[in-house]
Amino acid sequence: MTLTVDTLTSWMNNFANKIEENAQHLSDLDTPIGDGDHGFNMSRGMKAVKEKLATKPVDVTSAFKTIAMALISTVGGASGPLYGTAFLEMAKKSTTTNDLGELLDAALAGIEKRGGAKPGDKTMVDVWAKLVPDVKNGTLTEDKIHEAVVATKDMVAKKGRASYLGERSKEHVDPGSESSGYLFEAMLETEGLL
Amino acid sequence: MKKIINNPHDVVAEMVSGMTRSYPQFIEKIPDTEAVVRSNKESMKGKVGIVSGGGSGHEPTHAGYVGKGMLSAAVCGQVFTSPTPDQIYAAIKAVNQGQGVYLVVKNYSGDVMNFDMAKDLADMDDIPVKTIVVDDDIAVENSLYTQGRRGVAGTLFMHKVLGAAAQQGASLDEIDALAKKVLPNIKTIAVALSAATNPEVGKPGFTLKEDEIEYGVGIHSEPGYRREKIKPSKDLVEELVGKLNDEMHLDGNKKYACLVNGMGATPLMEQFIFANDVLNKLEEFNIKPSFMKVGNYMTSLDMAGISLTLFEIKDNKWLDYLNFPVETIAW
Repeated sequence: MTLTVDTLTSWMNNFANKIEENAQHLSDLDTPIGDGDHGFNMSRGMKAVKEKLATKPVDVTSAFKTIAMALISTVGGASGPLYGTAFLEMAKKSTTTNDLGELLDAALAGIEKRGGAKPGDKTMVDVWAKLVPDVKNGTLTEDKIHEAVVATKDMVAKKGRASYLGERSKEHVDPGSESSGYLFEAMLETEGLL
Repeated sequence: MKKIINNPHDVVAEMVSGMTRSYPQFIEKIPDTEAVVRSNKESMKGKVGIVSGGGSGHEPTHAGYVGKGMLSAAVCGQVFTSPTPDQIYAAIKAVNQGQGVYLVVKNYSGDVMNFDMAKDLADMDDIPVKTIVVDDDIAVENSLYTQGRRGVAGTLFMHKVLGAAAQQGASLDEIDALAKKVLPNIKTIAVALSAATNPEVGKPGFTLKEDEIEYGVGIHSEPGYRREKIKPSKDLVEELVGKLNDEMHLDGNKKYACLVNGMGATPLMEQFIFANDVLNKLEEFNIKPSFMKVGNYMTSLDMAGISLTLFEIKDNKWLDYLNFPVETIAW
């Protein structure tokens, strides 16, 4: 559960590949309830992250900072600041600990503060709030990730563009939750991370 | 869509280039950004920096108010889209003189998040930053892009007051206290005759019939609160001043500043006719504005329409700030 520059880099590369493969799917999820660009925005952002990490950062803190800056300067919309905040908070936390669970706690607190969303609001917070404890307990599985993502389908959006649809936002998986699901899947698949 | 542009994707970059090259005495571009900073660096020495910004398409807001006595820098996002935190942060760094930086943000979810994030980046580098979120539009309580009321043309009064205070040496805490006192006294309401056309979208944000108007629209052509047939100017004033009165309880014993703002495609002739009716209506309350401006200050691209802002002057100092001389393109 201790993060190094190498494991963080392969985690991000895995995440970038998943985003790349699913960019169209993420944008399609965003079309009925948002403005239809989540996949393209995230894919642009993660490409930038991959490129920046190719010149190996000196330590975990500067790696997190690099990731955060790449995301916030290229993703835009609400996802840029939200993912950017997650990594920026991990950058701050990483000066005192390299424990992945503690870092993710800080990231989740940052996302909640930035977006003002709570669990149940049908945002990426739903996925993070469910899965961070699993990471900490060593019980994260693919099924749990899938469950957490799909659970957003039946929720009514309370935040973001989707909230203006009210009841009509039901029946759609939240795109930010889906992309966050990929982040946790990439974590599972990265050797030496969990 | 008929517009004097080149490639729709390049409108913001080319606009910023045109503005800074046309008025180098006031502003210059911050390298590798679409942000502008005062060219008179001497005027910023030892002062708190005031930074504002938001989506483009509201010109002369915000770059037009950068200069001695008003904003220190402005960040131009893509059309009707918040600028990214790295650009805002570049502006913060460009104006920081060790006294801190104050951010004036209009209340839209994207702007609030991105400016907040820029503040965090500044915190990490130990630059003290404080923020005010302006929400002067009384038309709707929540909107397509906001939690709470939108920030519109009244933001200009905030820029002017804080810019003057900073120029005269107010500290970051003093500016923050001033902003918080001023904010609840600025209220705005608008009426639209037609929607804006975003160059990247290519068609109007909504359609109004030839003889229809919409009360309460926002500066991105967001929905207002009522549609009806076009009426004479004095009837529009009746409606808008009525709404402001509900909110502010207009009183002849109090002082007010007034801003009549064209939204982009409304000729000055119509704005002055409207202003004339506003002054008539205010006279019924025994109010003669202590400060008044009429013109295109916070536009919405080519939207036809007008907004009316009243600012209750609770402290004579605020009036001095409004009258304080500035060196900007557009004030």
